[in-house]
Amino acid sequence: MHELSIASAILDAVRNEADKHPGAHVLKVGVRIGVLSGVEPEALSFGFSALVQGTTLEPLALEIEAVPRRQRCSACNLTFDVLEESLACPRCANDHTTLAGGEELDLAYLEVED
Amino acid sequence: MDRIALEGKVLSENDRIAARLRESFKQHGILCVNLISSPGSGKTALLERTLERLPKSTRVAVLTGDIQTDNDARRLSRFGFPAKQITTGGTCHLDALRVERAMAEWPLESLDYLIVENVGNLVCPSSYDLGEAAKIVMLSVAEGEDKPLKYPSIFAKSELLILNKIDLLPYVYFDMSKAREYARQVHPGMDIVEVSCTTGQGLDDWIGWLEKRRTATDHTD
Repeated sequence: MHELSIASAILDAVRNEADKHPGAHVLKVGVRIGVLSGVEPEALSFGFSALVQGTTLEPLALEIEAVPRRQRCSACNLTFDVLEESLACPRCANDHTTLAGGEELDLAYLEVED
Repeated sequence: MDRIALEGKVLSENDRIAARLRESFKQHGILCVNLISSPGSGKTALLERTLERLPKSTRVAVLTGDIQTDNDARRLSRFGFPAKQITTGGTCHLDALRVERAMAEWPLESLDYLIVENVGNLVCPSSYDLGEAAKIVMLSVAEGEDKPLKYPSIFAKSELLILNKIDLLPYVYFDMSKAREYARQVHPGMDIVEVSCTTGQGLDDWIGWLEKRRTATDHTD
């Protein structure tokens, strides 16, 4: 719901990092977005392109890696990706598992060219 | 072509300001809580009933966030404590910079409690640290008892769940034991209080929680 401000924060991070590498041309920025972060990848990409347009960073690409929800089992301590509806532990079938990831809004990498 | 690894969060600038606020609250012995719920769960009503009950000597201030209007700040300023509205103009959450700006004119030395009422939303406020000591999530019995399962982030991050409007229980389909079970499933150690801002039931438990939380902060820091 606030993808434009997230896109703007990503661009700030790109500019900060680009300043450390004078002369380099930034081609792409990679981010890791958790499925529980409340950020919708398509809306983020849309907002990002709109902000990049007309700036010296154009044509900067954004690559979004979607991070699945992760749960930790309270019985056997296994941490696992949640790929279906069920939150039960795939190893011991215990259904008391707690949230262990999926809220990421992390910067991952920059691709640059000299 | 080179790939440079980037460290850190997209919202690191917000986190930096939040850390500055947290340090400042700690230095001044202020307990800051960030109250989050869907629109209409009763955040402002809870604050009204809270301010009404607190002794006039309590050093408390409230910041209240909304997309439009200063209605909430007007409702809350009737009780004689400092209350300020943050109108976000469309943004679905408060961020640390807005809180810092709003706090700029208030002397922190004169406060023991700062209650921040976030914009009504269970999704976005979860990502934005405001420098609070604790997030508090509120759910009213007029909503679905499965909200902890639908919005796990905010329930996992909140220390306290306030179940509001319990006076409506005879009239609505709301399974209280399921609501508590779902909340503890997402957040096993979560504190839970049940309140009604209409009858006043449970309000002492909530105010007691707040006072105890402030004392706990004093001792651990």
